[in-house]
Amino acid sequence: MHIMWFTERAYHYLPEEEVLKRRSFFGVPNTFFDAEKGSQLLNQYLDEKIYSDELGFDGVMLNEHHGTPFCMGAVMDVEAAVLARATKRVRIVLLGNPIPTVANPLRLAEELAMIDMISGGRLVPGWVRGAGSEQLANNANPAYNREYFDEAHDLILAAWTRPGPFRWESKHFHFRFVNPWVLPLQKPHPPIWIPGLISPETVKWCAAHKYPYVALATMLKPTLEIWDLYTAEAAAHGYQAGPENFGYLQPIFVHETEEKADELGKNFLFGGGFANFARPEWMFPPGYNSKEATRRLASLYANPNLPGKTLVPQHLHSMNDIAAIKKAVYDNYESSKESLQIITGTPKSVMPKLRKVLEVLRPGIFSFWLDGPSPRADRLTCLKLLGTEVLPAVREIGKELGLADPFQVAPGSRPLAASGRPERVGSPEALAAI
Amino acid sequence: MHVMFFTERAYHAVPEDEVFKIRSFFGVPNKFFDAQKGSQLLNEYIDEKIMCDELGFDGLMLNEHHGTPFCMGAVMDVEAAVLARATKRAKIVLLGNPIPTVANPLRLAEELAMIDMISGGRLVPGWVRGAGSEQLANNANPAYNREYFDEAHDLILAAWTRPGPFRWEGKHFHYRFVNPWVLPLQKPHPPIWIPGLISPETVKWCAHHRYPYVALATLLKPTLEMFNMYAKIAGDLGYQAGPENFGYLQPVFCADTEEKAEELGKNFLFGGGFSHFARPEWMFPPGYNSKEATRRLASQAANPNLPGHGLLDHDPENDAELQALKKSLYGTYPEWLRQSQMITGTPKTIVPKLRHVLEVLRPGIFSFWLDGPAPLKDRRRCVELLGKEVLPAMHEIGKELGLTDPFQVKPGSRQLSNGKAEAVGRADLIAESTIGA
Amino acid sequence: MAETSHQEETFRVGETELRVIKGGQGKPLLVFHGELGFPGWLQWLEALAKKRTLWIPLHPGFGKTPMASWIMNMRDLGAFYARFIREQKLAPVDVIGFSLGGWLAAEMAVANSGQFGKMVLVGAAGLKPPSGEIMDMFTMTARGYLNANVIDSRNNPEFAKLFGGEQTPEQFEAWEDARAETARIAWAPYMYTQSMPELLANVAGLPTLILWGKQDPVTPLSAGELYHQKIAGSKLVTFDNCGHMPAVEKPADFIKAIESFLG
Repeated sequence: MHIMWFTERAYHYLPEEEVLKRRSFFGVPNTFFDAEKGSQLLNQYLDEKIYSDELGFDGVMLNEHHGTPFCMGAVMDVEAAVLARATKRVRIVLLGNPIPTVANPLRLAEELAMIDMISGGRLVPGWVRGAGSEQLANNANPAYNREYFDEAHDLILAAWTRPGPFRWESKHFHFRFVNPWVLPLQKPHPPIWIPGLISPETVKWCAAHKYPYVALATMLKPTLEIWDLYTAEAAAHGYQAGPENFGYLQPIFVHETEEKADELGKNFLFGGGFANFARPEWMFPPGYNSKEATRRLASLYANPNLPGKTLVPQHLHSMNDIAAIKKAVYDNYESSKESLQIITGTPKSVMPKLRKVLEVLRPGIFSFWLDGPSPRADRLTCLKLLGTEVLPAVREIGKELGLADPFQVAPGSRPLAASGRPERVGSPEALAAI
Repeated sequence: MHVMFFTERAYHAVPEDEVFKIRSFFGVPNKFFDAQKGSQLLNEYIDEKIMCDELGFDGLMLNEHHGTPFCMGAVMDVEAAVLARATKRAKIVLLGNPIPTVANPLRLAEELAMIDMISGGRLVPGWVRGAGSEQLANNANPAYNREYFDEAHDLILAAWTRPGPFRWEGKHFHYRFVNPWVLPLQKPHPPIWIPGLISPETVKWCAHHRYPYVALATLLKPTLEMFNMYAKIAGDLGYQAGPENFGYLQPVFCADTEEKAEELGKNFLFGGGFSHFARPEWMFPPGYNSKEATRRLASQAANPNLPGHGLLDHDPENDAELQALKKSLYGTYPEWLRQSQMITGTPKTIVPKLRHVLEVLRPGIFSFWLDGPAPLKDRRRCVELLGKEVLPAMHEIGKELGLTDPFQVKPGSRQLSNGKAEAVGRADLIAESTIGA
Repeated sequence: MAETSHQEETFRVGETELRVIKGGQGKPLLVFHGELGFPGWLQWLEALAKKRTLWIPLHPGFGKTPMASWIMNMRDLGAFYARFIREQKLAPVDVIGFSLGGWLAAEMAVANSGQFGKMVLVGAAGLKPPSGEIMDMFTMTARGYLNANVIDSRNNPEFAKLFGGEQTPEQFEAWEDARAETARIAWAPYMYTQSMPELLANVAGLPTLILWGKQDPVTPLSAGELYHQKIAGSKLVTFDNCGHMPAVEKPADFIKAIESFLG
């Protein structure tokens, strides 16, 4: 099992009201950004990543968002470059680079190649379409998002593996002299993992490419369903999916006492929390969604993790009653803990909960997620307890449950049973027991 | 005086004949790239930069090239990010980011902001148009190169200084929601320096923006002429240019003995050496040059620093010709040394040579340049000697000659005396010495 | 043999002073030169000048006609010439376009086929070749590109007459101007309009002759075949043992084909 640590690198010195007022982190004017404070925070986040390396985590996971105080990793490759040199053994896992927004994917291929070279082959790149707001921040036409994604993906892999110079003339990207003189150390190319919010289109695409799919803190039931979709698609491509094909990101808050941990967890909901607080016009720019996704959305598919599915009751939308909005957000805390969307506790008390998640989803890749404007000392305590106590215990469970990671079993290498019918990877029975 | 260290981070394991055959580093097929060797080298270059920080250099200079074994800094910001955290005090000087080729300048603005933040405000970004070959490698239309440059420059500065969200709708770049949530630590924005091969268009542009101009190992005489053009324009704009407006990059090869230093220096010519070995069709893609530059080129302006000069009509398949070419190239070494294009020696013997360059050009920014496929221990020894013995001497000379750097005197802040611009540098010293142009 | 007299005239198109080489007699024939500019008075022009008045505009930015900075793609250049044709009351005018000039003619025809009487495309750019690719002039010198245009650059008198000898500073500058303007228009996608196969449906009814060297190394014959397939009623004539410049490489056959088509 590959165990990682993740945080969004949020800018915390932000009046929460500014977010609540706009019902979105994206779009808060950057006049609220203080570069002194931001620099200090950004370096503290890097300290944490370096500390994770020392604590023995297998991977440090980064992500990228533009134009939002929710995440200062506007170009996460900058942080990845720092970590390539400042850490010694962890995998640097990028989930993921928003390839439709970079405009010059060849430069990205070079960037990542250099990071892989500097890290001694510890890079795990991943790709995302980018949230809707990333398209606006980068002015990347959302109507061509999926086409950009496919083409940029193919171009980057070609740049890494096809001898140059060669021409690349596709619908959206035109290069007539592809011949990069930096190439990844890992051959034929670094392993690629794909994160997501369980969009069926992406999951199918992953199964076809044999790329592990990492679900980002989505609800257990629909996540399990999407595992089944991947597994069925994998069977159609002639292989049996296993734990090495799946990953899961879990918000978790650990401290010496239950009360303290609970307090930490509550901070996770700051400003509306993860993705639950974004305006649909920014999350779903024109053409960003497929027809199918638009239909799912139209029918108000009940996945609370879908961005734009706001926790704010409809009748509050037009109001300026910040207190009411805030209450609605924080009232959701208890139910999030019950559904294990957020896990809090002492190293001892979180273990049974984590075991449940692992039993249900059986992921070979697992990441802890810590976020929210908590005091630095508490964050470090959480990280330390995770690294010294929870990490070894999770590793044991992984072994016991046979949760192979992509470095132990190559994704897509498992043969199908003679019947040709795939075996389910997760466990609905375990879910039913929760 | 701000004293820096620079190297191209070349991939040295490329067979030299492959470069000669193609008559260019750019365009050598990347099948000759071994990632294992490349990774080791790239990390050694980073080690070297960290060593320079510890030795007390004021700045670490990086540059960027794409698709060429001449420079593995394809995205130098990756290295800058590493150094932001791995070094403690030196400025990280990027000369420069090829802004017309990045396609998304806003992402670059964010990238650099993060590096400035991580480094604690030690970033000095610079911009270049990018060599002709960079346009091909990135498929950036060279005919719009200057327009991209101007627009990307303005956009990046706006992203750094104008409160967001705002719209940016230029001729080439279109954004309707500029609101980056990472901004440089240095306010209002990091200092900007511009490197170049003394193109008058760029020098003029720098004088207008009061950006220090760093000449990249160009011949002393035309360099000083260009500095004086800068000073004249500065005068027209109402300020006196000083040492803080100028920089110079100097290939320097230092060793414990003269012989060793000379050997090191000779490696600099590997594969044709700096810019002397590039094909015109790749250096001058369509529309890359201004009308004036094209005319200068058409009349075969006799500047040997013009890439592609003189090596246009060789047959790549002719091995005898190849060997002759190689021989003639290495035969130019004494001439390089004579013209101060390269300085070799022990710490003791190179300081007077460096003093001469400083007396002539009077730059407030100076960078040593070490390159060529020399053994690691020789490189390390060179850096060590430069840092421990030459660097303090340079600081002394700088003080003695009043070579103020941009952190001591703000570029563009010097008053004109009697409303007229004074010449900079000492042209008279060039003629007196053996160093000609 | 004395050349038919031809001279440069200047026409105003909006803000731009358009230089046009005019010569010959009879009904106008509009000639669109290619990506390296107007090469010079060739045999076929001499032959055609006996029956037609040749109008050879020198594209904006290619040296003689000043650059118009608003022209950034082929549609813009097409609109520029549409205005010229309209204001000079030339429509419907017969047109012949070479390489990039062929693309220009095709782009104008899909916008308004009524402005042309008959259209001749010679090794036209404008379509992504179904097989092969368009030679990348931007990674070559102008001279190298020209030499690679034809099958045998060394033993062709017409080619030698135009491009032989040492490159002069004037020639260098003119080629650089041509390359720069071509880059402004055709850098990416390189030398084609992605929607051209669909757009060509609008050319139906315009008598079109497509001329191509069978061994064309610049715009592969597959592109010529696609033009032929997409322009209903068009006629494709190919020349064997011929590269991208049939007017230079196969002058007699070339003249014959054009004369019989234009009548």
